[in-house]
Amino acid sequence: MSEENKRQDDLPEETAPEKNAAPEAGRHAEKHHVPLIHIAKRETLPWQKAWGIRAAAILLSLVFMAVVSIVLTKENPFRLYGYIFQASFKSGSRFFRLLYETAILLAIALALLPAFRMRFWNIGAEGQVLAGAFASVLCMLFIGDKIPSFLLILVMLAAGVAAGALWALIPAVFKAKWGTNETLFTLMMNYVIICIIDASIQALFPKGTGTMGIVNGSSHAGWLPKIGNNYLLSILIIAVVTALMYAYMRYSKHGYEIQVVGESRNTARYIGINVGKVILRTMALSGAICGLTGFLLTSGYNHSVSTNTVGGRGFTAIMVCWLAKFNPVFMILTSLLICFLQRGASEIASRCQINASYGDVLTGMVLFFIIGCEFFIQYEIHFRKKERETAHD
Amino acid sequence: MINPVSFIPGAVQQSIPLLYGCTGEILTEKSGNLNMGIPGIMYVGSISGVIGAYFYERATGGAVNPFLGVLIPLVSSLFGSLLMGLLYCFLTVTLRANQNVTGLALTTFGVGLGNFFGGSLIRLAGKGGETFISIKATSNLFKATLPFAPKLGWFGTVFLSYGFLAYLAVAVAIVLSFVLRKTRVGLHLRAVGENPATADAVGINVGLYKYVATCVGSMIAGLGGLYYIMDYISGSWSNDAFGDRGWLAVALVIFVLWRPNMGIIGAILFGALYNLPIFVTGLSLAQKKIFAVIPYVVTILVLIIASIRNNREKQPPASLGLSYFREER
Repeated sequence: MSEENKRQDDLPEETAPEKNAAPEAGRHAEKHHVPLIHIAKRETLPWQKAWGIRAAAILLSLVFMAVVSIVLTKENPFRLYGYIFQASFKSGSRFFRLLYETAILLAIALALLPAFRMRFWNIGAEGQVLAGAFASVLCMLFIGDKIPSFLLILVMLAAGVAAGALWALIPAVFKAKWGTNETLFTLMMNYVIICIIDASIQALFPKGTGTMGIVNGSSHAGWLPKIGNNYLLSILIIAVVTALMYAYMRYSKHGYEIQVVGESRNTARYIGINVGKVILRTMALSGAICGLTGFLLTSGYNHSVSTNTVGGRGFTAIMVCWLAKFNPVFMILTSLLICFLQRGASEIASRCQINASYGDVLTGMVLFFIIGCEFFIQYEIHFRKKERETAHD
Repeated sequence: MINPVSFIPGAVQQSIPLLYGCTGEILTEKSGNLNMGIPGIMYVGSISGVIGAYFYERATGGAVNPFLGVLIPLVSSLFGSLLMGLLYCFLTVTLRANQNVTGLALTTFGVGLGNFFGGSLIRLAGKGGETFISIKATSNLFKATLPFAPKLGWFGTVFLSYGFLAYLAVAVAIVLSFVLRKTRVGLHLRAVGENPATADAVGINVGLYKYVATCVGSMIAGLGGLYYIMDYISGSWSNDAFGDRGWLAVALVIFVLWRPNMGIIGAILFGALYNLPIFVTGLSLAQKKIFAVIPYVVTILVLIIASIRNNREKQPPASLGLSYFREER
């Protein structure tokens, strides 16, 4: 944090440059006002440079992360970096776990992609994934022993996708019809489903400890088949979804319409796009992919549901999506980076016996660096030169 | 039947953290900043107060001076939330980052920070033997009520049985309501939130207004965390105990349609809903748990109705969530 604070101290110079900023310049014949720092929007930066800036920010954040860790744990820094790498690469199963976490985060970020492209701030991914997971588990519980497992898996898939889509469509309907603020609406929907799941688990398992436990632990009905390990099938499915989403956004008419609506609703209306319809369709898709992710989480890995099944990934995915500038290929990299850092941070926490929340603290700090660096990609800063070259007239 | 003399104080105590969070977020949103970091900021406000109180109590060895015992946690809490507010402003106002993304990152960070220090403060302070943070002595100062309150029967219990932070919360909400509606500063602030370009054109320093409103808003919200730890649960920190109160405070802002004075009533209503399951007898645990959904559903309904009626007085600030860049007008 200290890095940011130091920069904040410089702030008065940046925000209030107008007054007596240029006493020297004032002496010239025409009193030109040259601010100390002038910020202007950049022309599009070549992508190598943009990613150079991002890489620098990530490196800087890693250094910062190490400094904070050393202060707190008094460990050797190389050892700390060693822990970070061991968390993901020490064994095959750890590596697959990293890939799996990346894939799940990526899937949720992919679900958000079309909505964000449309400038529909869907911050309800957490709830939409939970809705999908909950619907899948309900199928497992109630028709688990009545139909063959492969059929059950299909039913669960359909139920999960439908529930996710429904949870996203509710705010979308009101947005399309009355312009209801979707950021706040989708946020509230997260807590509605959390409360519903919490109460339902209590109702279904009144005697237990308020948790569901593994469903169909003996019959394995409704469990996704293993390929090699628990993770691989889910990873493959999400890889296919990624490719499809890339094509959908890039080459389909729908993808084009989404972009037009995002750029300007009025333009969209003018060229004959039914904005309401695009909002509903896109949000249904967004929710459906969230629901699919919920299905994968329950059927493929957890075989259960709790209010913590998604564990904040719905919110992290928002950052993944935004940091990757809505590009599916870069989203793979961003989610890999975030999962890698999270796993590394929790490894540091457990090895050095400090509180596990340390991972959240480090992740937050890294995110601030990446969020902040976008400024230097989008804007350029001109400092006042000695001569009046920068004066624009 | 619910006994109002025991129900109302419980609801009011439950409502105070929500009221602080709501007042702080209204002030922030009026400047056009949608600060989703409020839950994180409230955690930080809480843990900063705990850290201040813990080190003060250790330094004095139990003999706390009433004045310093209140002042030190209060100042450290305000300072902690101020830093969070500055961080948010630096990223969103100066660097023009996306407000939703920044706010959510701030919440991850703040909740993590609270739980991290809450869980390892004693270890980091290098003191063995203690197993949990004990700040009873300072907490008692925050809980102190007027000495004659218990003698006044039900009146004393319902109106005078709270620590000073509770009354401060109501006062802050009323003051903010007055400032927003009746003063020039409030008018300028609302202009910045509605249309920053116009505000800029008439010579209002948009960046400064956004900075001050958001930072003061964060400090107010942080006090909610401080009240919770010092007064509501008597100074015993446990991780994640603060729960989703931060998001409830954000919901409350919508519920009261950005009016701080209505926030007082709204907060007490939310507090009552929060506590209702404890007081209603004859319900199963599952039925009690479903009560928790009511504040969120009601908030959604308010949001919908406000947008359908499309009354200009009852809308979010028009530029809420957008960063302002002068050269992009």
